[in-house]
Amino acid sequence: MSRRPDVKNAADAALTYRYDGSFEGFLCCVFESYTSHEIPTAIIGPDAPEGSLFDVKEISTDEEHAARVARSIPARISPAADDLLRHAFLTCLPEKELVMLRFLRQGYRYGARFLSFASNEEVWRLTEAVKKMLHEAHLLKGFIRFSDQGGVLVTTIGPKNFALPFLARHFAARVPEERILIYDENHHAALVYRPYESAVIPMDDFRAAPPDEEERKFRALWRSFYDTIEIVPRHNEKCRMTLLPKRYWRYMTEFTKDAPPEMERIGTGA
Amino acid sequence: MDTMEKLRILSDAAKYDAACTSSGAQKSAGRGGIGSAEAVGICHSFAGDGRCISLLKVLQTNACVYDCAYCVNRRSNDTRRASFAPRELAELTIAFYRRNYIEGLFLSSGVSGTPDAATETMIETLRILREEYRFSGYIHAKAIPGADAALVRRLGMLADRLSVNIELPSGASLQRLAPDKTKAAILGPMGLIQGGIHESRDLVRFRHAPRFAPAGQSTQMIVGATNESDRQILTLTSALYTRYQLKRVFYSAYIPVNEARALPPVGTPPPLWREHRLYQADWLLRFYGFSSEELFDKTEGRLHPYLDPKCHWALRHKEIFPLEVNRAPYELLLRVPGVGVKSAWRITRARRAAALTWDALAKIGVVTKRARHFLVANGKRYYAAPAAKEDLLLDLMSPRERALYRQETAPVRQLSLFEEEIPTLSPVERKELSCLAAPM
Repeated sequence: MSRRPDVKNAADAALTYRYDGSFEGFLCCVFESYTSHEIPTAIIGPDAPEGSLFDVKEISTDEEHAARVARSIPARISPAADDLLRHAFLTCLPEKELVMLRFLRQGYRYGARFLSFASNEEVWRLTEAVKKMLHEAHLLKGFIRFSDQGGVLVTTIGPKNFALPFLARHFAARVPEERILIYDENHHAALVYRPYESAVIPMDDFRAAPPDEEERKFRALWRSFYDTIEIVPRHNEKCRMTLLPKRYWRYMTEFTKDAPPEMERIGTGA
Repeated sequence: MDTMEKLRILSDAAKYDAACTSSGAQKSAGRGGIGSAEAVGICHSFAGDGRCISLLKVLQTNACVYDCAYCVNRRSNDTRRASFAPRELAELTIAFYRRNYIEGLFLSSGVSGTPDAATETMIETLRILREEYRFSGYIHAKAIPGADAALVRRLGMLADRLSVNIELPSGASLQRLAPDKTKAAILGPMGLIQGGIHESRDLVRFRHAPRFAPAGQSTQMIVGATNESDRQILTLTSALYTRYQLKRVFYSAYIPVNEARALPPVGTPPPLWREHRLYQADWLLRFYGFSSEELFDKTEGRLHPYLDPKCHWALRHKEIFPLEVNRAPYELLLRVPGVGVKSAWRITRARRAAALTWDALAKIGVVTKRARHFLVANGKRYYAAPAAKEDLLLDLMSPRERALYRQETAPVRQLSLFEEEIPTLSPVERKELSCLAAPM
């Protein structure tokens, strides 16, 4: 801190930024940090509970300020840094905004070579967080289980990171003629696809209809295949849990059971 | 028989094939079609044994005229037989694929009539998928030894990957346990497939020319059914990679499924550790620039039972260590225990910006626990000085390896006075272990 004459010392700057949760909003926090010569101790989104210990400064999103900061990142650091930052914003890294701000302040100082500082804390934390997010997106490409609901393929997922945007291209290339809905219940958003366009939209809730007879048949076939393919003398629970973490199980056909048809009819009040 | 029953029988009969990868091809469905492939491969689930489930792995039929001693589907076994009609299997594949259960189909077959007839049925299944459903997802097909060359060609034009299982790593074992197959019958199609792949590589200048098995060729060897040594197996593996340009060799720890005099009795646990060591060695051959000869001392026939073959190699070449991580060439970095392909590449990139410290190495992904014995960073050893000489071996082991080592060698160490009365390691193994504890 002492090496940065443009920044007030930590005690003076003990304050919280609150922004609207958008990437542009975050860029405005960066703008504010520079124009006010201060580094906040926390940056919180609109829904976060208010901490009483620090002053809270409301940062309103100004398109022009955001655009200025957005232009500066590829120009003064590098396009790769810009990429890293935009990806990092979608991760579940705790206090990601603060880490990203510290990343930028150093990045502006060192320029393009900053990203190859292997022992820099911020570079490492953002890179790791993005790596984990892309890994989660990769796992989801396999672990997602669709149900055919009147010709539309629907599913619910509960990922830690906001991975939906990374699934669109994959499923468009895989089943281009289908209509798809992937609902992310942790981030209350959905990826919707129909030939040949896709969008990620906010969605409060989604509940799939009970499976019809054909859907039940294929689910049962898949469960039977899953159980049969194991070589029992090689059973290895730890290995399975490492490769297929338990938090995915409750969304996957092979680990869930269908209620008998008559139960579902009662359940839905039909 | 309904589809459920067939699926149960025909996936149960196919499960001993280790390969389930969907890697090596990159493509997406055209409009009106279905199916894509990612070069890295995608696992859709993991079975209770921890193996990846990527493909619908089934046999077209488990009826077979052959009588291979190691095989569940051999003629003389009293098991239920079933067959998929080509259209039935194609429909099932598409229904699973749409629901994102699988990445594609892994199709093999028993030989119910002639090898040609069996191959023709498989071809019909794949034809329906490719032509009628316009399915461009991943298909791995098994070539059947003895099938006509023209049919193997046709199969290869429809599949992404073709394979022929070697099963037994020597001609002698093959003759004893699979009297209906010969080494030539297996290597024949393998050469044929390799020829096909080559020809079609020359053709790809024309962008839309159909490609022959674009994801290449693989094979499988059963480990532990017969008495070939690790050295023999890896020498063969190495030859398959260079001579036949195989993409993968899979190893399958033998699980006795039949009573046969020439085989381990039913109930013998599969040699999983040995299989694990062979895979470790296989990786060293494919990605780390090792040759199969380097992995063994002059007299050794097997890989070290308690140590990763890379650690074992490093301990036998103490003259080149420790390496300065800021100067060592990439090829040598690859040989350092605890440094993988990715971290070696990251080291070469990161050290251009700034000299690397141990902290940076940890962040790059180097396993400092192992690498600290073999590297210096900026002239500095890792802050925790290397362990005492005899602990070095233990320190290089993973917790599981350490447990195995303690369990299997404890009697030898504690009761050395009564050596001849207790089960012990072979002289070669004991020599190996004692030389490992020597100073570096």
